[in-house]
Amino acid sequence: MAKLRPEDLDKITERMKKVMSLREGSGRAKITIHMGTCGISAGARKIMSAVIECVSELDTGDIIITSSGCAGLCSKEPMMTVELEGQAPVKYIDLTEEKVNKIFTEHVMGGKIVADYALAIGSEQAL
Amino acid sequence: MKKSRMHLMLCAGTGCVSNGSFRIKADLEQELGKHELQDEIAVVMTGCNGFCAQGPVMVVQPDNIFYQLLSEKDIPHLVEEHFLKGRPVKRLMYTPSLEKAPVPKMSEIDFFEKQRLIALRNRGMIDPEKIEEAIARGGYRALARALTSMTSQEIIQTVKDSGLRGRGGAGFPTGRKWESAASHHSKEKYIICNADEGDPGAFMDRSIIESDPHSVLEGMAIAGKAVGAGQGYIYIRTEYPLALQRLNLAIKQAMEYGLLGHDILGTGFDFDISVFRGAGAFVCGESSALRASIQGDPPEPFSKQVHATEKGLWEKPTVLNNVETLAIVPEIIKRGAGWFSQIGTETSKGTKVFALVGKVRNTGLVEVPMGITLREIIFDIGGGMENGKAFKAVQTGGPSGGCIPASLLDLPIDYERLTEVGSMMGSGGMIVMDEDNCMVDVARYFLEFLRSESCGKCTACREGVDAMYRIVTDICDGKGNQGDIQLLEELSQAVKDGSLCQLGATASNPVLSTLRYFKDEYETHINEQRCPAGVCRALITYTIDAEKCNACLLCVKNCPQQAISGEKGKPQTIDQEKCIKCGVCRDVCRSEAVTVQ
Repeated sequence: MAKLRPEDLDKITERMKKVMSLREGSGRAKITIHMGTCGISAGARKIMSAVIECVSELDTGDIIITSSGCAGLCSKEPMMTVELEGQAPVKYIDLTEEKVNKIFTEHVMGGKIVADYALAIGSEQAL
Repeated sequence: MKKSRMHLMLCAGTGCVSNGSFRIKADLEQELGKHELQDEIAVVMTGCNGFCAQGPVMVVQPDNIFYQLLSEKDIPHLVEEHFLKGRPVKRLMYTPSLEKAPVPKMSEIDFFEKQRLIALRNRGMIDPEKIEEAIARGGYRALARALTSMTSQEIIQTVKDSGLRGRGGAGFPTGRKWESAASHHSKEKYIICNADEGDPGAFMDRSIIESDPHSVLEGMAIAGKAVGAGQGYIYIRTEYPLALQRLNLAIKQAMEYGLLGHDILGTGFDFDISVFRGAGAFVCGESSALRASIQGDPPEPFSKQVHATEKGLWEKPTVLNNVETLAIVPEIIKRGAGWFSQIGTETSKGTKVFALVGKVRNTGLVEVPMGITLREIIFDIGGGMENGKAFKAVQTGGPSGGCIPASLLDLPIDYERLTEVGSMMGSGGMIVMDEDNCMVDVARYFLEFLRSESCGKCTACREGVDAMYRIVTDICDGKGNQGDIQLLEELSQAVKDGSLCQLGATASNPVLSTLRYFKDEYETHINEQRCPAGVCRALITYTIDAEKCNACLLCVKNCPQQAISGEKGKPQTIDQEKCIKCGVCRDVCRSEAVTVQ
């Protein structure tokens, strides 16, 4: 292991932030995948993997991925909710991996809601 | 690297480990694997979370959901429901009382809400066995600043201005200690970290080392720079295997990164740390005995006419600081003296970690600002008394401290106030007692501890404490005499005057403080041959209330002496000749028919 210089502490912090930021519980964006039984049978696991793939590729430390139970709209699963800091949450329905990629690029990174896939703006009361 | 979406911060402090957290880890990993979640969800073993009463505990991030009292059988359900399907399991959450709803988020649990973390800033947030995680939470930044842009004088001035005082017990100003050691010229100087935590019920130093060992190493290196020392020792007891293991690993990792050892951070400053394992003698927590122990001499205190900061270890200038003190130092260097000194009271700045134990609902480790009242700690954070019993006293400061009664519950805590009421800060042990505790028995317990831990060097302590122990034991056995109380008071003073070290000088505190606030209990024992709390066996009798007894015979089955008998279906009676007063009958009785007098 190389001996550190003072500036290396920042580099380690930057590298570790990607792993550790989720422990702070807040981020610039929060993506919730609905993982009820209905969601899973409609393919929510694949959607989860696709989201993790997108976030890992981009490697920023400020996106939180989480899961929640059934959102009550079982026929529209798989679903996910995207919430940018300071903005209302947006629910996306009938997702596929391609749709996830588009939502990720345009909404999560670009800040522009993908209206074609969105159900509504707003969210049910969390626990 | 694929990103995890969820971290399961499972507590691996000693308390939770002994309740099986490593078994839970294995089960979690197995269940996660079953659902193919192992790449999405990481299990992180952290240091002590603090809420030891509810262990094993786990915090699920990023949602900050707190799970408690986990057992292996809960894991399959928990993994499937929460980690796979996103439905948190209420059954495993903290519930303040039967009438209230479970509290999912850790930050909203009353036990955590009032705490302010400085020494414990990284608890539950990092894996203590990974130095990178400590660095990512700000570790070693203060050292970098101290080495690159501060003079020794500036470091000392910052610590002085912060008002930091020693957290090991006596509360000596840390900055002044450093200043004194810095002023003496010597090629060799030493920094000693005192991790010989010995007070019954105190475990804050162990927990700091277990949850964030790097904070202590960093504090020691900063102290080294401030006073011009190149060598540090950590004196830690062998009974702390987990802390020792993490400490040794932390030193190894810090050496590899060049954060300890030769030419730290390329600044030309050298500082080495060695771990010295103590054998668990209480007296070794006393500074001069500790130094003697490191030097290979018998661990006995000696006269401190010359300060250790002038001639300490191996006759060289030495700074000895407690674990908690050193863990706080980096935060002061990083955030400034002004930030620290605005927390706390006029004379006691910052926060203090307390080990809250005894008859309180939420036992565990709490860090609170100085000046908080005992009531806030015991009733708000601690959740009040266990089983709805009445609060009687809180014992602070370990065997050198004293018992504080209910009338002083609103006392704001700082060094001076605790001393004024006959106790002391000590290392921060806080043992809560209820109406079922006999204060004479409590004094006897501490005297017994001190009697076996006295090193024996000073006659006053060796013989005096033993004499006090025998008198108090006699009182508990119903053999107390008129004049015993006065004799105890005289002996207390003699032990105080005739002892060299603080252990002897404060050994009478448990007796004096119980005499000060609970003299009536001593008198009842002596004059009426009665123990009001129903603890001292020689003075109590167990009887069965015939009206309440429903003849379930549970007591009959459980009595080890077969002292309980009676007709079938009728109230039972206890044969006082056979009864050994173990109290089992009272513990097992469901109709509260067994009374003690």
